[in-house]
Amino acid sequence: MAYSEKVIDHYENPRNVGSFDKNDPSIATGMVGAPACGDVMKLQLKIDDNGIIEDAKFKTYGCGSAIASSSLVTEWVKGKTIEQAGEITNTTISEELALPPVKIHCSILAEDAIKAAIDDYKSKR
Amino acid sequence: MKLPIYLDYSATTPVDKRVAEKMMDCMTLDGNFGNAASRSHRFGWQAEEAIDIARHQIAELINGDPREIVFTSGATESDNLAIKGAANFYSKKGKHVITVKTEHKAVLDTCRELERSGFEVTYMDVEPNGLLDLKKLEAAMREDTVVVSVMHVNNEIGVVQDIATIGEMCRERKIVFHVDAAQSAGKVKIDMKMLKVDLMSFSAHKIYGPKGIGALYVRRKPRIRLEAQMHGGGHERGMRSGTLATHQIVGMGEAFHLAHLHMEEDMKRIRTLRDRLWTGMQDIEETRLNGHTDSRMPGITNISFNYVEGESLIMALKDIAVSSGSACTSASLEPSYVLRALGLSDELAHSSIRFSIGRFTTEEDIDFTIDLVKNAIDRLREMSPLWEMFKDGVDLNSVEWASH
Repeated sequence: MAYSEKVIDHYENPRNVGSFDKNDPSIATGMVGAPACGDVMKLQLKIDDNGIIEDAKFKTYGCGSAIASSSLVTEWVKGKTIEQAGEITNTTISEELALPPVKIHCSILAEDAIKAAIDDYKSKR
Repeated sequence: MKLPIYLDYSATTPVDKRVAEKMMDCMTLDGNFGNAASRSHRFGWQAEEAIDIARHQIAELINGDPREIVFTSGATESDNLAIKGAANFYSKKGKHVITVKTEHKAVLDTCRELERSGFEVTYMDVEPNGLLDLKKLEAAMREDTVVVSVMHVNNEIGVVQDIATIGEMCRERKIVFHVDAAQSAGKVKIDMKMLKVDLMSFSAHKIYGPKGIGALYVRRKPRIRLEAQMHGGGHERGMRSGTLATHQIVGMGEAFHLAHLHMEEDMKRIRTLRDRLWTGMQDIEETRLNGHTDSRMPGITNISFNYVEGESLIMALKDIAVSSGSACTSASLEPSYVLRALGLSDELAHSSIRFSIGRFTTEEDIDFTIDLVKNAIDRLREMSPLWEMFKDGVDLNSVEWASH
């Protein structure tokens, strides 16, 4: 499997790995995927009172592309409103990382993780 | 230290320099280039003699008769010739064949082909330790069973099947017994005078010989007959036509000769390195050794690392050349059918690594590997939500995953 340089960079130096306390009301958690499918992503967003994403962290069980997709997303969502974050699509992620066709599902999963986190945030309100 | 470190000796081995030198002498005008089938001149006689020496060298390693060796292009062809050749020859007696789910594809696919031509094949399950339950095997044997094919050493997990006992069971019932010994020749003692094995497949490139050459042992007493799969000039007593590849055969002979001379010390050294590797790996939490702990060939160690994903693990281990528990035969990532047959889940099969140690592996290589694997596992688990949940005491089987 030939990975792009960007994927390798994110895989070798993942940004924002870690966890926030999921019970904190300002923390939104989205977990998507399944172990049997080979990838599970957990994305957590720290959202301030104005709906701005202050910080983001992830943990991913998955291939290099899945790790890179989630790492990239944590960089992108910071400073965005939840509405803006919700507009990030899998195509922009896969284009940025030059994912091969067999790895497109990794970018879809990353998009789903953002949406799941936003849903969690809304349900907590 | 030269990176990446080669720990994939079960896939193939480098040709030993002593072997390469012998092969070089059999190619050019000033070398032994003749056709062994040429009976009318010295060139032919010399080639025939070189091949005869190689036949003796191969027979010596397995304590067989040189006249029982049939040269082929490799173990895959030997498996094909043995299974299809015997099943078809003895098909008047019956059309039932028994093999095992963890066999090499060369055996499984050959059996599939027999099914297409009207044979019935039983594919035996193995126990969670990778070994056959011989009682179950016995129960599967029938009046119309003509061939049983069981590999000696498994190529993925290294377990050694009890071919001595299976041989007795087959001989009692006059069933032809074939053994794929591609991974065991030169590593595990094989004595054809003791074993009741009728057909045995060998490969040269797994024991420091060249690729593209192998052999099939075909027993003379009691005589086993085969239907040829390759027709032509009637070479190899009609069982496998085609001009004998002198340089390849001489290489295989020398490789088997070296294995015969050095097997004991080689395996002792490999066993020590294997123990060192496994001792190092055992420090890592949530790891398991796949296959029976004692009945195994020391060159192969297959370990599962829970809560890390297989492909990312392979990426992290780019400085060592190893095989993963994902099928190597296809572009898609299928979990290994051998590990699945042991009862491993798909995800655990994916995050399994086969380390295979050989003649040129050093202690330094092993220590480097242990460090590399430990760091990779630590790093990936630090990143793994599954590891975090496991550490928090969450039962992952109780989680309702949003499948996609």
